Amino acid sequence: MRELATGGYVVLEDGTVFRGESVGADGTAFGEAVFATAMTGYQEILTDPSYAEQLICFTAPMVGNYGVARGRSESARPQARAAIMREARGPAWTDWLSDNGIVALTGIDTRSLVLHLRDCGSMRAAVAAGASAYEDTLETVLEQPAMAGRALAAEVSTPEPVVYSDAGLVSVAVIDYGTKRSILRRLTSAGAMVTLMPHDVDSGTLAGFDGVLLSNGPGDPEPLVAEVATIRELLGRVPVFGICLGHQLLALATDHETYKLPFGHRGANHPVLHRASGRVLVTSQNHGFAVAPSDEEEATHISLYDGTVEGLSYPKLDAYSVQFHPEASPGPHDARLLIEDWVAELCRRKAVERA
Amino acid sequence: MPRRKDLKSICVIGSGPIVIGQACEFDYSGCQALKVLREEGFRTIVVNSNPATIMTDPGFADRTYLEPLDVTGVTSVLERERPDALLPTLGGQTALNLATMLSEAGVLDELGIELIGAPVEVIRRAEDRLLFRDAVQSVGLRVPESRIVTQLSDLAGVSLPAVVRPAFTLGGHGGGFVSTRAQLERQAAVGLSESPIGQVLVEESVRGWDEFELEVIRDRLDNVVIVCSIENLDPMGVHTGDSVTVAPQMTLSDEAYQELRDASIAIIRAVGVETGGSNIQFARERDTGELRVIEMNPRVSRSSALASKATGYPIAKVAAKLAIGYTLDEIPNDLTKTTPASFEPTLDYVVVKFPRFAFEKFPGADSTLGTQMKSVGEAMGIGRTFSEAFLKARRSRELDAGVSSPWLELDDLPEGIHPWFLSEIERIRLALGRIPALDHLDADELLRLKRLGLSDAEIAEAAGCEEPELRAKRLALDIRPTYRRVDSCAGEVEAASNYYFSTWGEVDEAAPDPEREKQSVVILGSGPNRIGQGIEFDYCCVHAAQSFRELGYEAVMVNCNPETVSTDYDTSDRLYFEPLTIENVLAICERERPAGIVIQFGGQTPLKLARAIEAAGFHIMGTPFEAIDLAEDRERFGDLLERLAIRCPEWGMASTSEEAIGIADRIGYPVLVRPSYVLGGRAMRVCYRPDDVRSALVAAARKVLIDRFLENAVEIDVDALSDGECTYIGAIMQHVEEAGVHSGDSSCVLPAPSLTPAVSEEITTIIRRLGPALGVVGLLNVQLAVVGEEVFVLEVNPRASRTVPFASKATGVNLVAAACRLGDGVKIPELGLPPERPPRQYSVKAAVLPFSRFPGADPVLGPEMRSTGEVMATAEDLPTALAKAERAAGRELPASGRAFFSVRDADKSAAVPVAAALAGLGFELVATRGTARAFAGAGIEIGEVLKVSEVEGKEGTTVVDLIRRGRCDLVVNTPQGSGARTDGYLIREAALIARVPCITTISGAAAAVQAIANARSSESCSLQERIAADSGAAPEGRSREEETS
Repeated sequence: MRELATGGYVVLEDGTVFRGESVGADGTAFGEAVFATAMTGYQEILTDPSYAEQLICFTAPMVGNYGVARGRSESARPQARAAIMREARGPAWTDWLSDNGIVALTGIDTRSLVLHLRDCGSMRAAVAAGASAYEDTLETVLEQPAMAGRALAAEVSTPEPVVYSDAGLVSVAVIDYGTKRSILRRLTSAGAMVTLMPHDVDSGTLAGFDGVLLSNGPGDPEPLVAEVATIRELLGRVPVFGICLGHQLLALATDHETYKLPFGHRGANHPVLHRASGRVLVTSQNHGFAVAPSDEEEATHISLYDGTVEGLSYPKLDAYSVQFHPEASPGPHDARLLIEDWVAELCRRKAVERA
Repeated sequence: MPRRKDLKSICVIGSGPIVIGQACEFDYSGCQALKVLREEGFRTIVVNSNPATIMTDPGFADRTYLEPLDVTGVTSVLERERPDALLPTLGGQTALNLATMLSEAGVLDELGIELIGAPVEVIRRAEDRLLFRDAVQSVGLRVPESRIVTQLSDLAGVSLPAVVRPAFTLGGHGGGFVSTRAQLERQAAVGLSESPIGQVLVEESVRGWDEFELEVIRDRLDNVVIVCSIENLDPMGVHTGDSVTVAPQMTLSDEAYQELRDASIAIIRAVGVETGGSNIQFARERDTGELRVIEMNPRVSRSSALASKATGYPIAKVAAKLAIGYTLDEIPNDLTKTTPASFEPTLDYVVVKFPRFAFEKFPGADSTLGTQMKSVGEAMGIGRTFSEAFLKARRSRELDAGVSSPWLELDDLPEGIHPWFLSEIERIRLALGRIPALDHLDADELLRLKRLGLSDAEIAEAAGCEEPELRAKRLALDIRPTYRRVDSCAGEVEAASNYYFSTWGEVDEAAPDPEREKQSVVILGSGPNRIGQGIEFDYCCVHAAQSFRELGYEAVMVNCNPETVSTDYDTSDRLYFEPLTIENVLAICERERPAGIVIQFGGQTPLKLARAIEAAGFHIMGTPFEAIDLAEDRERFGDLLERLAIRCPEWGMASTSEEAIGIADRIGYPVLVRPSYVLGGRAMRVCYRPDDVRSALVAAARKVLIDRFLENAVEIDVDALSDGECTYIGAIMQHVEEAGVHSGDSSCVLPAPSLTPAVSEEITTIIRRLGPALGVVGLLNVQLAVVGEEVFVLEVNPRASRTVPFASKATGVNLVAAACRLGDGVKIPELGLPPERPPRQYSVKAAVLPFSRFPGADPVLGPEMRSTGEVMATAEDLPTALAKAERAAGRELPASGRAFFSVRDADKSAAVPVAAALAGLGFELVATRGTARAFAGAGIEIGEVLKVSEVEGKEGTTVVDLIRRGRCDLVVNTPQGSGARTDGYLIREAALIARVPCITTISGAAAAVQAIANARSSESCSLQERIAADSGAAPEGRSREEETS
């Protein structure tokens, strides 16, 4: 079968090559090749810090249709290393990719790449914009570290505490392992004063807050030993709510196991069962690691795809977490109220304390 | 929550005949539901008047009733069957309206039948404009500002422009956009008369806003998923059924899309749909993002069929499971099997739907698109990019040469189209403009053009060469399509899906194993519905798939009509959702390497490909191309008839009007003139004078066929089977209307009531000679005319005909299954068919005509087919069957009242006995002057009434006034020539608007009178019982006695 004559390519660590044309920055990007199945939200995805060190293959066939908008970014800059697309559209989008130094290819047989990653698992890869020899690139790919075992929170976390908003009824500290802006926005709009804390903040600093939110973030939770220890110290002292990586860290702090999923959950259509009510939430997800299935009572939410634990609840410790993204962005709003409800509960308690 | 245990039997209502706005999609949804209900162990009962549906096949339900879909018809079935529940959400608006009426009439309460799927309050809340507005506003959303109008005086103070929308009508029927006060009043009057509850909504116009639809499903635990988003390329103002649409939506950002998603969920909750699917339409102002909720259907719809085919998520099947108690997470995703239905499909391809119009059939009608649906069918294209899907769907329309249609050329774009679509289409135009001559086209460039979605034919035209040349070069360059799976999840979950579409320059996915045990048979479908080629052929294709599977083959389906059962991936072993062009079909054959290709069930569409399929070295199963050519080539066919000593009307072929008039003089007037290149009655005319011939020739602008037109002939349709040697007569049917009315528009009776044994014998002999002489292997349809004792052959179609489903249901013989076995090499004597004998009961097929959709076109029957669908009724005697069929077709004959006559001179003497019979039945007769005098002269008491042209500018009550005021119950009007603004036209139009039965042929009137005089009320009888009684065996399934004992 004939292929288009093109300059760019994706090379996977197993030597598989997919060819396409560059529509972004020059150069070669290295990272873990993963696929995301949301049909909208390309800008949010690329700017989500959880995608650090990753090469994103969009399953949506047409990407860039509605341009870019400043307010849509989930962080100050794109965090993923590359965008792999079947059809990139619009100068607004491709200019944004170039301007932000993102290597991007169009014309890729994305479905075949996705099926390959699904069958063989996410793997190290490179996306090359130029017409370099892929054999050389492959050698460099094999020199890169694998995602399992990588602690990446430090690379995307704020170095210093930052007050995000100082108006609100309760104070919430967000431990920034790579937080999305929309989590901060949801907290603020729910009535919280929000302070962003570095990933290695100590529990003493956090003790004075009305609540602590463990944010999302990239990489493997397991090597984040110090962060887990901090969370352990917090449990029972300050109300805790975890999202995504934050959920995995809470799980580790409460002796659950995490493991690397073969190809992750990245999309906006994942069904999650809330065990107590029997209700199903359609959720926004983005994680390469997961909390191993558990029958324990604290496992409140279960993935209907693979049974991994999607939610934890420790009422006695005042700690809760979800694997999916209640803040959505991109994705469905089914779980949006979780953040609001948590803040509302903090407010209620504060009111009781004051009374 | 598991399946409900308190229900044992469920009745499903179908949607009746195919009409504009309600087509095959409800056969698809009905079939899916019935499959589910039977698998779950329910006793199932179906009521549907449409014989061409798969859902009314005897094997699909325990009891099948081909009864009129009115309160009387359905009540009689419910009384007889006493089901525990009625499921009305799968039979379109017809079933939903019936459910409301049955509930209001107290029938459901009285019989203790539960309405499942959608309770009456929910139906009302979604359908009643006022209640719906309240529900929408209760969740903080807006509907266009509006006012409910029940009388014209309510219109004072309405601001313009506005839209008039009648409540409870099909496809927005009777509504429209108005910008002046006069338009407003006129449209409101139409709307009030069309709405069964006499209510219209006059609302704020959102014309030009972007239009979106979301398909939503909710279960009894309040879990909600969005199955699909659909975006219209035609902005608001054009009915969504007439719009080009794309899925998923292409132009909204995530935040904008989520706003629609949130709104949809809030609305389905507010309206209270608890178990099933709904479709919600939005208008969105492009720049401000302002939203208006336009409409909601609390049921499976045309859009949900499209969404099911677009995503692989079987909405009707899931809706049926929800109705019987399951929740979404308990239902497996059909394609992955390992994940649940409580997810939202994600697409890694794009789907585009094009409407198929038929304005050429309705000269005089306004072809401007508006809020009232006018398209007769649709085609869908799947591609990896928008342009690929767009171009596939566009060419799948199969437009006839020379017709005009919206979206005809790439430049024909609707006003206000979103710039994103504009730029995508511009991309195609630019690429087409840059195509060099064939010799200069290099491999990379050609592959890029194919990836854009252009067909070989389109590239060849731009390159100035023939399609086969282009294809040869493409294949030499090793540029071939590859196939991808539709799996509902963008590859995230492993799916053993058998549903494919083609694309270019990618890896081929899950190619059939060349070493596989079973060989495959490729069945070519019939493409988009159009007038003359509709659901009947899909019925045949679905049966062919079933039959070949039973014969040990893999059935492979190719079709591009998203409404159909044939494009349900459950129907075949592999489904290719592809245009039915030679390029696409050959590519599929290359991949499949099938044992054979079946072309005789998809109507005319596959027949057109026969020559090229054989030329490419593939085997056509059953009737070969040679037989088709022999039947279609008039010269060759003429020679054959002569050789067999079979009579046909004298004929000739002409290129100039002099030649044509010469031929007409030779064979004698009247003559039938038609272009030689079309079948099915397109542009066919009966000419009485040389002038008529001249103008017919101008209209045809090409070579024409001229046949002697047999006046007062009885027309006969025969469906038969042949194995090349032996021929089996399946059914001999008689048309109610005389020759000259297209067979598809004529009512049809089985057994044929007016054939003498000698004539029957002669017809049989002719068919037995024709089958083998043509070399038919499979189905054969012959149209004949009988004048006195003389039999003439008019036309032979060596393929399944429109009447096959009707004939099969009336006789109980599955003609398609038999034809498939013949194609597989079985001989007729080995088929074990019952003896050739007419059925004991009378079955009548009546056509349903869409005239009320095309104001301006003359609603008169003629040689050009214009019906969209058909109904069937069976009874012990012919008058009862006729009356029931008319009732099922929505034209219930009056039992008494006033009948109006206006007939042309040639019909006057034939009309006298008809009028006399009506008078004898107690009807008061009125007529226009000429007719009245002729009748009075024959001693019939009759009143005289004025024509419109007779009062021009003066005072006086005309026949049109009479009809408008509801003071006329039956109109018999045979046309004195047709055309807008003639008196006859005005009479027929008035009858159409007032919904008074209007009969335009004397034979039709005679049959109607016979039906009025002699019809008896008859108990309904299921298909299963009737077939069993005919064959003397006990019916399949449990009988009522067993059930209650």
